[in-house]
Amino acid sequence: MSIIVENLTKKYGEQKAVNDISFEIKTGEVVGFLGPNGAGKSTTMKIITCFMAPSSGDVKLDGHSIHTDQELIKKKIGYLPENNPLYQDMPIVDYLRFSAEVQGVEKNLIPGRIGEMIEKCGLDQEKHKNINELSKGYRQRVGLAQAMIHDPEVLILDEPTTGLDPNQIVEIRKLIKELGKEKTVILSSHILSEVEATCDRILIINRGRIVADGTSDTLRSQAQGQELLKINIEAEAAKVEKAILELSSVEKVTSLNGKEGWFNVQSKPDMSSRKEIFDLCVKNKWYLMEMSGLETRLEDVFQKLTK
Amino acid sequence: MSKIWIITRRELASFFDSLIAYVMIILFLGLSGLFTWLVGSNMFFINQASLQVFFSIAYWSLFFFIPAITMRMIAEENRAGTIELLITKAVSDSQIVWGKFLACLLLVAIALVCTLPYYITVSNLGNIDDGAVIGGYMGLLFLSASYISIGLFASSVTQNQIVAFLLALFIGIFFQMVFDAVGGSIRGTSGEILNYLSMSSHYESISRGVVDSRDLVYFASIIGLGALLSQIMLSKRNWQS
Repeated sequence: MSIIVENLTKKYGEQKAVNDISFEIKTGEVVGFLGPNGAGKSTTMKIITCFMAPSSGDVKLDGHSIHTDQELIKKKIGYLPENNPLYQDMPIVDYLRFSAEVQGVEKNLIPGRIGEMIEKCGLDQEKHKNINELSKGYRQRVGLAQAMIHDPEVLILDEPTTGLDPNQIVEIRKLIKELGKEKTVILSSHILSEVEATCDRILIINRGRIVADGTSDTLRSQAQGQELLKINIEAEAAKVEKAILELSSVEKVTSLNGKEGWFNVQSKPDMSSRKEIFDLCVKNKWYLMEMSGLETRLEDVFQKLTK
Repeated sequence: MSKIWIITRRELASFFDSLIAYVMIILFLGLSGLFTWLVGSNMFFINQASLQVFFSIAYWSLFFFIPAITMRMIAEENRAGTIELLITKAVSDSQIVWGKFLACLLLVAIALVCTLPYYITVSNLGNIDDGAVIGGYMGLLFLSASYISIGLFASSVTQNQIVAFLLALFIGIFFQMVFDAVGGSIRGTSGEILNYLSMSSHYESISRGVVDSRDLVYFASIIGLGALLSQIMLSKRNWQS
């Protein structure tokens, strides 16, 4: 199911939480919304899920607009809101049944769906408990289970892994990846590694605008531009630094603080200085102990774009 | 309709799970039973085979109990954020409001059914006017439906249950007493309007067994208006800016 977002704007008073956002998501894509707190990720999700109307603009799911076909769209979306609000006083099974009924799952299919969700989300041992007796990780699983109970074509997960321990995070990510094989998934996060690990495509949102759009690799190479090397040469440091700087492909050399013989070398745009450095060492009979490329981390891309 | 019923069932289950239902029914029965049979100008004092005493007690006890039932209906969902999850499921705002309305009304109806032993007792004591009894229960149901609707609206404007409770009482007291009292002391059209707005005259005429369209229109308007306003408060998120 494809999602088309057209010129979406949502104002809270003077402030524009979402400012003229447009993008398109194809069927089967797993897309991550990345951005600092208050960037407009949740607001965008709330609009797509028909929780609130935008100030202007439109969202279309397979051609159905959120302004006219709310009921239909709601049925096709599974939503896990931020903070995972659930009816605390309900037993898990009852809550899942309620969710299934409200979403219009046929009556004779409901028990099967509940069983499937309980198994898929690993709730088997806890299934007779009330939701308020569960730990946060299990509550999150119930949240996921209720979002998927009607087998929606689109899953929208707002910060699905907040408050989970590392093992649970890995499990939830695995689950999302698996779901992404057959469903369209949008998830938001401000944890970069999470988005990188689970999503095919990343949208970086800042102050209500999309500032970057692409796979994690394209985003990295876009931001990278110049080659950055870390080298270790066993020789007289000052001499080495001077010699490297004289190489035709090198733009900048910085010696690493407190580490004798270690340098960061930045090459000129579209050039590589690896071979020249090697040749230089051979010529001067210096020992090249280490040379490695420094990859731009997604963190750097993110910081650069959202500052 | 089935969506409304799904919501109603969940709310009813939650009333009984959280003991609200039991506490409310026991308190209602205890209080109205006390005043009907034991204290003040009770059944034996009046010495008539009629449930009139009970109906006039229930008129007041429901006035206080209903806000206690309705106060958490929407306010708690606003506070806990569960309203977001409910709204983003395939239900409309009006289905949510009517589902909750129906759940409250059913709870009150269950409480009223529990008073049937009063009827059985009295009918064994003497010759009871069945028409008046049916009228009395009908009147209580209409009254309850009106206050439930008002209570839902009060619950929809806030995240705080206590505010919702007090607001429902505040709005309710106008219909319960103030319009009646002020309307009685003013002559002319404004006095008549206030008298028409007062709950007591409509309640009394229905409980006498006289079902007039004026009364039905009155109750239907309050119920409809309360539900509509609650729905508007729910939809507020759409145009809030």
